[in-house]
Amino acid sequence: MSPPTEPGEIDALIAQVARLPGLGPRSARRLVLHLVRRRAQVLDPLARALARVAEAARECSLCGNISTSEICPICTDPRRASGEICVVEEVSDLWAMERGGAFCGRYHVLGGTLSALDAIGPEDLRIPALVNRVRDEGISEVILALNATVDGQTTAHYIAEMLEPCGVRVSALAQGVPMGGELDYLDDGTIGAALRARKTL
Amino acid sequence: MRCYVQSLTLAQFRSHARARVLADGRPVALFGPNGAGKTNLLEAVSMLSPGRGLRRAGADDLARRPAGLGWKIRAEVQGSDGTHEIETAAPPGQSRSVRIDGKLTPQLALGRVLAMLWLTPAMDRLWTEGAEGRRRFLDRMVMSFLPDHAEAVLTYERAMRERNRLLRDQIGDDAWYGALEHQMSESGAQITANRRTALLALAEATTGAQTAFPAAELSLTGPDDSPQPDTVADLRAALAEGRRRDMAAGRSLSGPHRADLGAVYAAKGQPAALCSTGEQKALLISMVLANARALMARRGLAPVLLLDEVAAHLDADRRAALYDEVLALDVQAWMTGTGQELFAGTGHRLQGLRVTQAEGISAIEEKELP
Repeated sequence: MSPPTEPGEIDALIAQVARLPGLGPRSARRLVLHLVRRRAQVLDPLARALARVAEAARECSLCGNISTSEICPICTDPRRASGEICVVEEVSDLWAMERGGAFCGRYHVLGGTLSALDAIGPEDLRIPALVNRVRDEGISEVILALNATVDGQTTAHYIAEMLEPCGVRVSALAQGVPMGGELDYLDDGTIGAALRARKTL
Repeated sequence: MRCYVQSLTLAQFRSHARARVLADGRPVALFGPNGAGKTNLLEAVSMLSPGRGLRRAGADDLARRPAGLGWKIRAEVQGSDGTHEIETAAPPGQSRSVRIDGKLTPQLALGRVLAMLWLTPAMDRLWTEGAEGRRRFLDRMVMSFLPDHAEAVLTYERAMRERNRLLRDQIGDDAWYGALEHQMSESGAQITANRRTALLALAEATTGAQTAFPAAELSLTGPDDSPQPDTVADLRAALAEGRRRDMAAGRSLSGPHRADLGAVYAAKGQPAALCSTGEQKALLISMVLANARALMARRGLAPVLLLDEVAAHLDADRRAALYDEVLALDVQAWMTGTGQELFAGTGHRLQGLRVTQAEGISAIEEKELP
């Protein structure tokens, strides 16, 4: 049940919060109430952080990552100039890769996948920019970390073809048994892919 | 392994507001007047397999009118690996969902629980109409042997739709075509290989079989009897070479989506399309029975057969032979006919169910057959 009276601006804030992923009107109301009740500890710092991000957040002009500077920290970090570029579909994929910390090269965010049906062509993705980077930055290997869907794989083949004249090594992530996974629970396609990508111990 | 449907409960499905069938594993003979909902029961069973069922209906068309409440089917089935509870339903305006043992699963998983084949009166013209129906018939047989066939078909179709869009939009990006053709040729070659495997299994099951139904010699060709590109490399080359022609046509003109299933009435050496109506029906029945025999031999499991109005076009001797062969195969066949006399001579060997409907209430009662 909604409270009998809600001032218009708080109402508007609740409506905004309810549009965020994972939140609905009821959780939005609870969250806004929490913010207003803890003004100094939560609301003010959050409002300042939001304002700063709103002011400064932008796409890195090199890789497409989101950061608060023209060039993102990964692209400016000299230790990450390993000669490897990992190509991902979305910024969320980049952040997922970074969470693991296993990759110490740089990234390239495409901003989607090729899809004729959705009218997304190579020029809508950052594929020409990728080809330029490979040529200009002395890249030795491009790792394609794209989804195992038809669109993802079409994009992977397309990029491999575009990079062929550069003579760079192009690889793709392995597909198979997840860490801690049990074979019993895997589907036949995954087991087949894992078997094809087996390695000598 | 015997696979069969043990119980079937329908809610708001086609003509049935509510209906429940208990089957004991014997072949089922459904009889009753026109419009009682016999075929609708068969269609409900067909929804326990992936796809749009035996009438290829959209989810919304399956709902009982005018209620518009959506529909639900619940079934207990004896599958290849034990008993499962299957629930499939579509609320109004939504696509159908599938639950196996209470867990939401993709439709394709149904193909791993039950193998299912069907013949309907609409398929009487299968040999004389377009190749699409024959491909669909073939692919259903292939899926009974190789449930993963459906995934290859989905991948192929998805990549082809993308390619067709490029063709229609007159886009000339060779690398984009190349990337899509790469996927089409890999999944396409898999589709063709699967189809050939199934045809081989059918041929093995036809040779030397004791059956009253005529043997068919089956073949897989491209459109208008042209050769079918089989390997990944051949298909890829055919697609690449055909880009200009395909662009003029606005769609992809080579590949397994253009393949055709050819059949020759073996004893006469006559193409199926030139046979009599009765002979054409007999050929189809012969293929379905051969498929069931081949499945037993290859996968050790018996498919569920749905034979709608199968008695039509068959004389009394052929009908008796069909029932004998179904019983000898030990499969659960669901057969329909208007009167119980069509099942005369089967007695308790078939499970007779009389279907009637009065004022929107369906009644299904067990009746001993003559």
